[in-house]
Amino acid sequence: MSGTMNLKLKVWRQPNSEAKGSFVNYDAANVSPDMSFLEMLDVVNEDLVKKGEDPIHFDHDCREGICGMCSLHINGRPHGPKQAITTCQLHMRSFQDGQTVTIEPWRAKAFPVIKDLAVDRSAFDRIQQTGGFVSVNTGGVPDANAIAIPKPVADEAFNSATCIGCGACVAACKNASAMLFVSAKVSQMALLPQGQPERYRRVQAMVTQMDEEGFGSCTNTGACEAECPKEIKITNIARMNRDFFTAKFFKQEEV
Amino acid sequence: MKLDAKIPEGPLAEKWSKHKFNLKLVNPANKRKYTVIVVGTGLAGSSAAASLAELGYNVKAFCYQDSPRRAHSIAAQGGINAAKNYRNDGDSVYRLFYDTIKGGDYRAREANVYRLAEVSVNIIDQCVAQGVPFAREYGGLLDNRSFGGAQVSRTFYARGQTGQQLLLGAYSALNRQIHEGKVEMFSRHEMLDVVVVDGQAKGVVVRDMVTGEIETHAGHAVLLCTGGYGNVFYLSTNAMGCNVTAAWRAHKRGAYFGNPCFTQIHPTCIPVTGDHQSKLTLMSESLRNDGRVWVPKTKELAEQIRSGKIKASEIKEDDRDYFLERKYPSFGNLVPRDVASRNAKEMVDEGRGVGSSGVAVYLDFADAIQRLGEDAVRAKYGNLFDMYYQITDENPYKEPMRIYPAVHYTMGGLWVDYNLQTTVPGLYALGEANFSDHGANRLGASALMQGLADGYFVIPYTLGDYLATIGPKAVDEKHPAFAETKKAVEDRIKQLLSLKGNKTVDEYHRELGKIMWEYCGMARSEEGLKKAKKMIQELKADFWKNAIVLGKNEEFNQSLEKAGRVADFIELGELMIDDALDRTESCGGHFRIESQTEEGEAKRDDEKYAYVAAWEFKGEGQPEALHKEELKFENVKLTQRSYK
Repeated sequence: MSGTMNLKLKVWRQPNSEAKGSFVNYDAANVSPDMSFLEMLDVVNEDLVKKGEDPIHFDHDCREGICGMCSLHINGRPHGPKQAITTCQLHMRSFQDGQTVTIEPWRAKAFPVIKDLAVDRSAFDRIQQTGGFVSVNTGGVPDANAIAIPKPVADEAFNSATCIGCGACVAACKNASAMLFVSAKVSQMALLPQGQPERYRRVQAMVTQMDEEGFGSCTNTGACEAECPKEIKITNIARMNRDFFTAKFFKQEEV
Repeated sequence: MKLDAKIPEGPLAEKWSKHKFNLKLVNPANKRKYTVIVVGTGLAGSSAAASLAELGYNVKAFCYQDSPRRAHSIAAQGGINAAKNYRNDGDSVYRLFYDTIKGGDYRAREANVYRLAEVSVNIIDQCVAQGVPFAREYGGLLDNRSFGGAQVSRTFYARGQTGQQLLLGAYSALNRQIHEGKVEMFSRHEMLDVVVVDGQAKGVVVRDMVTGEIETHAGHAVLLCTGGYGNVFYLSTNAMGCNVTAAWRAHKRGAYFGNPCFTQIHPTCIPVTGDHQSKLTLMSESLRNDGRVWVPKTKELAEQIRSGKIKASEIKEDDRDYFLERKYPSFGNLVPRDVASRNAKEMVDEGRGVGSSGVAVYLDFADAIQRLGEDAVRAKYGNLFDMYYQITDENPYKEPMRIYPAVHYTMGGLWVDYNLQTTVPGLYALGEANFSDHGANRLGASALMQGLADGYFVIPYTLGDYLATIGPKAVDEKHPAFAETKKAVEDRIKQLLSLKGNKTVDEYHRELGKIMWEYCGMARSEEGLKKAKKMIQELKADFWKNAIVLGKNEEFNQSLEKAGRVADFIELGELMIDDALDRTESCGGHFRIESQTEEGEAKRDDEKYAYVAAWEFKGEGQPEALHKEELKFENVKLTQRSYK
């Protein structure tokens, strides 16, 4: 592709979690359509540094769409205008010359802003710490092929397991609910035979922690599914709800 | 100091079992009196932290990312090798050992590699028990595929995201131990130095990347699981944050650096598009199972492609040169990475490269699509094809992919003995951060295997022996070494923040990368390396005068983070060049143009170079001292590698 573009950026700047933030305008000039969105920001940042101004801080790492570190609310949508990709995989050919691009951090009470566009998503870690595992120690496990898992079940579990923990589902939700994320994690284990012994204990622990972190409730809008870069399905939420309510029928010591 | 690899006596297949029995144990009630520091939470770090905590040790784990799950192991695509022989196709522990030694061009330790092959089978069992969703067949059992450098199918995989699934498994085990209170996790913390007390590693200095606070943490041992240093080349398939700082700081505190010039250039990456490029994206080696690599037979045809006059699909079969199949009929497109990369470069150098830049070759799926159907190809490689489409805006189902080699992995790393201990007692290096198992070239799907082998199945045994020896007495954090090391870190940060020149840190990084790629990349010569050494020295001097580093320490400051990392990369770059200069032979990924066979393959010199180069830091501005660990091959016969 040829021809470069000039864009107007409206970027959320906030020095730290306590400070009040605001939008600041920047020009992004001579943007190549082959650049990724983050590379466009790199170029803007390098210009800022040359001028002695603090560069725009944002989280990013692998730039391959798998680590889940990049975020960014771009023109009102988590990970920007295209479906099923993360911000780092978004390329500038998805924008037009002269366009104004608004860039914000994830907005959710449970994801406080650290600086500019970077937010604290450690709530996701804490949820998983309460139950997102199979309690096996290293060593002493059966041969891998001793557990046969029907391919359709394995594939379904895999679909849930592809979640990269980026938080787009929370950012997309008007209630800032984490149900899609938590249900994907719960579902992977709920579907697999390895996850059965702790199935009901796990779902209760993780849902309890999710609520404690201050995420909102699910009202079945489906924005999470629409914006998920890994296309995690909301059927996971239905599965988690079913398991969560089933767990209530057991006595505490049975789960 | 004399290097002692501590390789156990006895026959190859019995070394590890005997060694495990001979290692001292720490009594269960005493384990809780020890603290172990683990830096990095990729496959090696997470698996080590979880396994040690399960045993009862207290663990403090650190990562620079916002969550341990984001470490760059997550991006590994293709798979993990294990000698399960589930295919009944002739695989065995010995064959995996042999393939790995041969693939590494006979520059790895036999005993380490054998142990790796031996524990590979346990890794798969462990991961499945954790709920890692490996690919399965309709019968419900695990599927396998083949990878480069092997003639058996021993690679276990999880679509194109094996790394993420394995890391999530290790991360889940880590999470469980965090929940149990056995692991204390510090995310967004970067290690900036090792504290050495009376010759033993007793702690680390880290920076809280949000507040800027410089903290010291004490422990009975320190495990560096901090990955490789491919970002010394600026453009690589590594994550943006991958850096050498932890390993380099350890090196400056006495840990020798092993084979720093051994770098893996991966053959199948998406080519560079322009100066704005910040990183390169790998296309999994598994694609070479079905994709065929080719360039036009003539320069004229290549020229027509580059200028956009014709498309790849319009080139007749007779006018295509499937150069890997032509030159290596028995391995074909599945030759090891170093061989595939070098051949791609050769085609481009001959003027037969494709794409508008001419710096690419084709990876073509037309045959596979015809043979298996588009749906079957999509089921196998769909996510990779999508990623290619997102980045290039070209449809690989219709036109062949354009690929070119890119820096991907570093076989070199901190020198470790058989117990994974560096030359500093109490300081260990695991996974890509050490030099140990891949010799001069790593086979595909072996990095995940090594990271998890080190973390799950090696360190829990070998570390206990050291801990039992030193005893559980608490580490005294009041020892002056802690305050001194902390001060050294603070002084360096002050020095960096005082740089108010006119060149951005990224500019220095890009320049360093260009020097390294040009002179210490796929082909290296004495003349070029000498020139590069001078250029790097000048670059270093200039950096410490003219770089721009903004802001203050007491804040989230990505400008400062980057500056510290690039400063270390520049120093490492010079050592890599020294190492490449010393090794006048070619081996694996290290190709000295002065040393090649008549057919242009890497020519080893086993008489002179069958050693590990372990470099010792001798002080700022001093040349490093070279120590040699002779490699003894008692089980395999050294031959010129042939994949014909």
